[in-house]
Amino acid sequence: MAEEQVIFKRPAALTEKYFHYCPGCTHGIAHRLIAEIVDEMGIQEKIVGVSPVGCSVLAYNYFDFDFQEAAHGRAPAVATGMRRTLPEDRYIFTYQGDGDLASIGMAEIVHAANRGEKITVVFINNAIYGMTGGQMAPTTLPGMRTTTSPYGRDTTLCGHPIRMCELLNTLVEPRFIARGSLSQAKHIIKAKKLLRQAFELQHEGFTFVELLSTCPTGWGLTPENSLLWLERNMMPFFPLQVFREPGTMPETAKKYAPDLKVKDDKKES
Amino acid sequence: MNRVVIDKDRCKACKLCINVCQRKLLELADELNAKGYHPIAIHAVEKCTACGLCAIMCPEASIEVFKEIKVKKTA
Amino acid sequence: MAQERLLMKGTEAIAEAAIRAGCNFFFGYPITPQNEIPEYMSRRMPQVGGLYLQAESEVSAINMLYGAGGSGVRVMTSSSSPGVALMSEGFSYIIGSELPVVVVNIMRGGPGLGDIAPSQGDYAQMTKGFGHGDKHAIVLAPSTVQEAVDMMALAFDLADEYRNPVVLIGDGLIGQMMEPVVFPATAPKQFDKSWAATGHKGKDRKIIHSLYLEPEELERHVLKLFRKFDAMEAKEQRHEMFMADDDPPIMICAYGTTARIAKTAMRELRKKGIKVGLFRPITAWPFPNVALEAIVDKTRSFLCIEMNMGQMIDDVRMVVRGRRPVSFYGRTGGVVPTVEEIVKKVIEHNATLGA
Repeated sequence: MAEEQVIFKRPAALTEKYFHYCPGCTHGIAHRLIAEIVDEMGIQEKIVGVSPVGCSVLAYNYFDFDFQEAAHGRAPAVATGMRRTLPEDRYIFTYQGDGDLASIGMAEIVHAANRGEKITVVFINNAIYGMTGGQMAPTTLPGMRTTTSPYGRDTTLCGHPIRMCELLNTLVEPRFIARGSLSQAKHIIKAKKLLRQAFELQHEGFTFVELLSTCPTGWGLTPENSLLWLERNMMPFFPLQVFREPGTMPETAKKYAPDLKVKDDKKES
Repeated sequence: MNRVVIDKDRCKACKLCINVCQRKLLELADELNAKGYHPIAIHAVEKCTACGLCAIMCPEASIEVFKEIKVKKTA
Repeated sequence: MAQERLLMKGTEAIAEAAIRAGCNFFFGYPITPQNEIPEYMSRRMPQVGGLYLQAESEVSAINMLYGAGGSGVRVMTSSSSPGVALMSEGFSYIIGSELPVVVVNIMRGGPGLGDIAPSQGDYAQMTKGFGHGDKHAIVLAPSTVQEAVDMMALAFDLADEYRNPVVLIGDGLIGQMMEPVVFPATAPKQFDKSWAATGHKGKDRKIIHSLYLEPEELERHVLKLFRKFDAMEAKEQRHEMFMADDDPPIMICAYGTTARIAKTAMRELRKKGIKVGLFRPITAWPFPNVALEAIVDKTRSFLCIEMNMGQMIDDVRMVVRGRRPVSFYGRTGGVVPTVEEIVKKVIEHNATLGA
């Protein structure tokens, strides 16, 4: 009898529940990658996730471990409350879309990153509000048509898309900031490595992985064409890159680090 | 022989696996699954190299891939 | 062991009482007139092995409470009227997800930016409008610093018992007042926290959430919450009757600082021979309607006194249901009614009653 090598098996950290996502939606890929990492690191009983508001609001149905569901944009604040109270060996991650994280939740994500909260943030960027029916997001590309930018995103009216990795990379505290893509197998393999790195570095500080994703329904494209559209349109605007790793820091952040403090505190002694 | 196990009822016929298969072994089946999609099916499985790309691409985690290991006799 | 008697400012006494009630986590955002609470917490928490964390906004602070509450610890925040308004959304989520947290509101004048003077302008916000949806939360209204101290342990116990947030309302006067206080010597009560999301899998998995997409499912959830609210209404109504043993024809209805001023006024009124009593709700929600109902027949007239334009008066009217006149005296905008004003108002009121 021939022996078999497992090339791919459905991860144990996923429940049996069927995903409710549209056909071809890359949320499922992102979920699976996280579950694979949880399996590989053996942390199923040491991890608590935070689900957002958006299509992945029900993410807690699909992961076989504890979850807290956050209000729209507030996942980093909820995760902060968890990080500061749960035992130190726990892993905590938020899973947030672009509307949730980069629009209504901008304050929470920036300040959680700035405090160096020891969490992993998985940021799903598909340049659109999927759940509410395809409205303009803070990451919608210039000229891109959505249900609330029917003539294409007009940058004179509503500015340019926000690049979250680049923005957070101006801060001193984050330990890991990277952008990957779920648009083809080689990028997915790389994305998993980024996620794994983030989870492994989590107990050292704030870690952030942006994943370029699709919304075939919101974009009005087939799943296959969505992947092509992502690569042709999103990637030039959102370059795939590791922005921050331990030991690296851009000049803008370095200027204020490390350990720059006031020379003496204000109290007369 | 390598094995590809497809959880047909999870499949939503997005076809991302079909495009990624180097050997073009995947296609939509004629039958319908419980959700009303034509799920993917593998033909000529003997040609499968168990590269696993279909499973990596699958947004439903509905494909499992197993590679046969030829056990070599050791002296 | 003799209990120590300390002279403390209201806000700091509230903070210390919370720590002694087993609260080791505080998340907050500065706003006047309650800044002494976060300031005290930022000094004291590191000394007791706890955590003070300054949030980027009240919106974040309440959601940090959500995360911490869902992890099963005793946690609190404090704020003042506009800041508390920002917490409404998160507060509703906390109720929906059945998390025990404590929120202190040291009320200030409104609407809008208003002012930073003492006010009771949030009675309606806290008892009726704090967050969206079908929900309630216990609202405690202390009128002395000692009562506020005693109520902190009670607030955490009630929050844990019902797995529902508890609010404590005060005003700038209670917050700034220095009074001698004695801290309760009892150790914090322990509660089952096996529901907390601390790391489980399979059938032990814990999900903290308030989303129920199926209408029937959400209805079942809300009905379950209302069984708790019904129990609170049945068991947690608290009030004080003051100078009411002789069935005075006039009953003042007042809570918090206003009740305290009213008591001083009543002593003067009694010296003038005017029989007047006080009904003081200690829980603003559940409103102590059973106790109020019991005196409706014995009373000729009710006078509500508040530091607002009349908010609790609606609750009083709902109990009295037109059987007796219910009138109102209040100052707003942060103006505190004086003893003299209340004495004058009651004398006028008494004159209208006739023989």
